[in-house]
Amino acid sequence: MLQEIFAFEFMRNALFAALLSSVACGIIGTYVVVKKIGFISGGIAHTAFGGIGLGYYLGINPLLGVIPFSLAAALAIGLLSKKAKVAEDTAIGTFWAVGMAVGVICIGLKPGYAPDLFSYLFGNILTVPAFDLWMIMLLDLLIIAVVWLLSKEFLAISFDEEYAAVSGLKTTALYLLMLCLIALTVVVMVRVVGIVMVIALLTIPAAIARMLSHSLPGMMIRAVVLSAFFSICGLWLSCLLDIASGATIILVAGFCFLLAHSWRFVRLLPGVLPG
Amino acid sequence: MRPPVIACDQLSVDLGGVRVLENVTLSVGDGDFLGLVGPNGGGKTTLLRVILGLEKASAGIVRVFGGLPGSFPGRIGYVPQRLFFDREFPISVRDLVLMGRLSKKKLFQHYNALDRTRVDEAISAAGLERLIERRIGDLSGGELQRALIARALAGEPELLLLDEPTASIDPQMKTTIYDLIEHLKERLTIVLVTHDTALIGRYVTKVATLNVKLELHESGATAGRASLSGVAAQNPVFLNP
Repeated sequence: MLQEIFAFEFMRNALFAALLSSVACGIIGTYVVVKKIGFISGGIAHTAFGGIGLGYYLGINPLLGVIPFSLAAALAIGLLSKKAKVAEDTAIGTFWAVGMAVGVICIGLKPGYAPDLFSYLFGNILTVPAFDLWMIMLLDLLIIAVVWLLSKEFLAISFDEEYAAVSGLKTTALYLLMLCLIALTVVVMVRVVGIVMVIALLTIPAAIARMLSHSLPGMMIRAVVLSAFFSICGLWLSCLLDIASGATIILVAGFCFLLAHSWRFVRLLPGVLPG
Repeated sequence: MRPPVIACDQLSVDLGGVRVLENVTLSVGDGDFLGLVGPNGGGKTTLLRVILGLEKASAGIVRVFGGLPGSFPGRIGYVPQRLFFDREFPISVRDLVLMGRLSKKKLFQHYNALDRTRVDEAISAAGLERLIERRIGDLSGGELQRALIARALAGEPELLLLDEPTASIDPQMKTTIYDLIEHLKERLTIVLVTHDTALIGRYVTKVATLNVKLELHESGATAGRASLSGVAAQNPVFLNP
């Protein structure tokens, strides 16, 4: 059956998209989880919807609209919460809603019906064009290069930002750069699970990986593998049952998350129970 | 003549409209071991933060190694209170201590063999060889504290700042941590913030009490204990655990 499935170009593309996006997702998701910035990441993702709307309105590939929009959102949320004494959750919530609003207005302004709008919100891995695959691959390479170059700095600001500052690091600049990498990861993930559900794939594989890891690189590798596993399982199940691919991927991930935690709970149980 | 390691002149600090430090004048010379005691909220941690460049002076002058605070990160080792980071973080003792080398490295530069040698030395100085691969979440409070001291030592500092290194550690472990610090005072200038007024008398060369204002007590190792019991008598707060 597998051979028949991969005889189709769109299935091959879907598989590539799943594997390529897992790379960014596992690496950046690791930072999102250990630095506990899931809500910021969700904010950046939703703000990015403004970029999709803008792309539609201008008649260009919406992913090209998302890149500048999500980068701007990352910098603005980061700067507002670090420098302008705005509470972080207020800054995130504001951008979250304003970005979505801009997207809705832009799409409304463009005459005609926006047919694949749904796929940007909730993902549709079966319709990834080759151009987007190339873009995802380039972004992967960029993310790997930056993380490799700055591995010790990113580890330091994730673990203890104050100690990093005392050691002479420019912590705010590094933090903003980390948020920009999250923004680029959002771009990568839009095609696969859509902006609404990005946050689940950024956090679940890394959260499970953390239970099994003693170091950040180890956690990244495990998170990449888990993310690829969830995406491919979800893709396969969605074909089998003829249901939405993005949502299936998220459900597979969520189910495994519950499973991992139940397993840990059961394993720790003898220590909790008396006798 | 070499400038003092730390020099504060008429230093005042306001945090959120509250005066936390007022007119603090202090000089810590090369090889000194200053014990800084005082009630909670008395400004001890704030003074360390000013010396580290994390907090700005509202008035007065602070010089560290003759320059502005934060100018020489590579010459200062800092042992923060261990409560402020995530103990579930996936990091081994080795990688934690490696972070102490950060101030010696440039941006983009990866750790090399020299860094790893310094880390091994610092870990054996702290007596943690057996735990080097252990995840920090699996360490006891005392072991984690030693690991944080090892991290500071790995950066080969000239000045060591310790913020309550024995808070919430059982009494036996406290003595071993003080013995470790005692060992270091021969080659380092040390500022130690602590509540253990009874224990530090043996170790320090200078004692200051800080309760918004700073009062420097007599110098000399033997005088430490006597002056501290005097301090404790005047400030009943210290007697509370």
